Amino acid sequence: MTKCHVSLPGLDMKNPIMPASGCFGFGKEYSEFYDLSTLGAICVKAVTPSVRKGNPTPRVAETDGGMLNAIGLQNPGLDRVMEHELRWLESFDVPVIVNIAGNTVEEYMHVAKTVSKAKSVNAVELNISCPNVKEGGITFGTDPHVAKELTSRVKDVCEVPVYVKLSPNVTDIVSIAKAVEKGGADGLSMINTLLGMRLDLKTGKPIIANETGGLSGAAIKPVAVRMIHGVSQEVSIPIIGMGGVTSADDALELILAGASAVAVGTQNFVDPYACPTIINDLEKKLEEYDVEHITELVGRSWKPSLHLTNR
Amino acid sequence: MKKVENMTVLSNELIARKIYKCVLSGQLVNEITEPGQFVHVKVSGGTEPTLRRPISICEIDRAQESLTMIYRVEGKGTKLLSEKRDGETVDVLGPLGNGFPIEGLKPNAHCLLVGGGIGVPPLYELAKQLVSKGHNVTTVIGFRSTDDVFLEKEFAILGDTYVVTEDGTSGEQGFVTDIIKKYQLSCDRYYACGPRMMLRALETMMPENGYLSLEERMGCGIGACLACVCDTQDKVSYRKVCTDGPVFPVGEVVV
Repeated sequence: MTKCHVSLPGLDMKNPIMPASGCFGFGKEYSEFYDLSTLGAICVKAVTPSVRKGNPTPRVAETDGGMLNAIGLQNPGLDRVMEHELRWLESFDVPVIVNIAGNTVEEYMHVAKTVSKAKSVNAVELNISCPNVKEGGITFGTDPHVAKELTSRVKDVCEVPVYVKLSPNVTDIVSIAKAVEKGGADGLSMINTLLGMRLDLKTGKPIIANETGGLSGAAIKPVAVRMIHGVSQEVSIPIIGMGGVTSADDALELILAGASAVAVGTQNFVDPYACPTIINDLEKKLEEYDVEHITELVGRSWKPSLHLTNR
Repeated sequence: MKKVENMTVLSNELIARKIYKCVLSGQLVNEITEPGQFVHVKVSGGTEPTLRRPISICEIDRAQESLTMIYRVEGKGTKLLSEKRDGETVDVLGPLGNGFPIEGLKPNAHCLLVGGGIGVPPLYELAKQLVSKGHNVTTVIGFRSTDDVFLEKEFAILGDTYVVTEDGTSGEQGFVTDIIKKYQLSCDRYYACGPRMMLRALETMMPENGYLSLEERMGCGIGACLACVCDTQDKVSYRKVCTDGPVFPVGEVVV
């Protein structure tokens, strides 16, 4: 076991780094650049019961320190994902998390039950926070009662641990986190993108066809840190942290805030080698800071302890 | 194979209004398989701007292991790129996408190349390769005004070249389609890259035997983010501009 090995419900990870859902497809594109088995885990794109075309273009707009996207959960649908994508992932020695979405509770249950039977799947991530679809997604993630009920129903039928991906677009994220924990969630993923908008100065109109999009990238890291810091003190299930991670230092910051593992999103678009680079750098940072094991750092921001460099 | 490489800037100069020509050297050049492929350039070391910039490959020189990009300064990303000096390095991901197919033409085929504005550059390597294979090339390139014109002389060496400007200050006045109509330019196959309006007009005029190169806002450039999709003409599915394109046979996608 190395300094970076982490163990989360359903996920035996060589290191705490994984690509975030929606930023890695089903892994094929990135497998042209490196061996996916080097990752701590893989979180694949949201899967819905049937094919989804997604939103019209333009679907992305750049912002200072980030980007807005409104892809709209485009995916080939459950059957195709089961037959092709999840089967293909079996050849890698890496835990797989499948992000799932639906328009109704029954749809979420159907997708969760089905994918959890796939050989390559170690956990599911309930997407109750996609800001870019009109039905499903975020409508399940903004009311604690609805979020709890959905989590509980999915837990009843799902054969692997369930992580719930929380939206930052709420007034009180702690209450939602507590509710899904009560609903039986095995872990949390946080945060999803922040709802935003950009206007084209030439036309005066929104750049993104969907008008609004989800803000990701370096700009949202302070929001992620604040929310992980707040939630991790109030729940006893682990958190996969994400939001603006571009480097090993960023990953460490989310871990200090209370995350047990870290997902990398937008940075994969900027640098296809983002995840393996962060994994390598993380090992070095732990040596540098004289940390015996990465789990020592989880939530250190609110636990009484010494500063990293003062050990 | 796609790769990420710090390529060295050999030159980077202004050649027309807001238009820069940048020559980069590096081994990535050896991976380019087709004219019309593009590179995705990270213009700064930090997070500002966040995304890479997709830029077409205008010319390759395998002997010198160099490639030429011609780009227009539009925003802060391309502005930063224009400030790169000889000897500096630029982080390049590429080569990306499927370019213009040059196989399957009859011997000495007649090819028509139609470019508009910043869509002109990828046609240059295409023209060179077509000519080297013994084909005949006629080029029609359109710009707003005389200050925007570039590559005119380079194309003229390779075949008949028509320049057209919207205000008539260089070449003839009008649009590329006006020239094609006026001189009744026919061809065995045509290739086009430029604004959507231009591609739409061309497709209406010449619905067969053509290839169109598209541009779309892009995230990753490698097919993972699904930002740059376009509708197929049957409206049933999407194609990704970055990996299925940027070049599509005329009639396949909605332009």
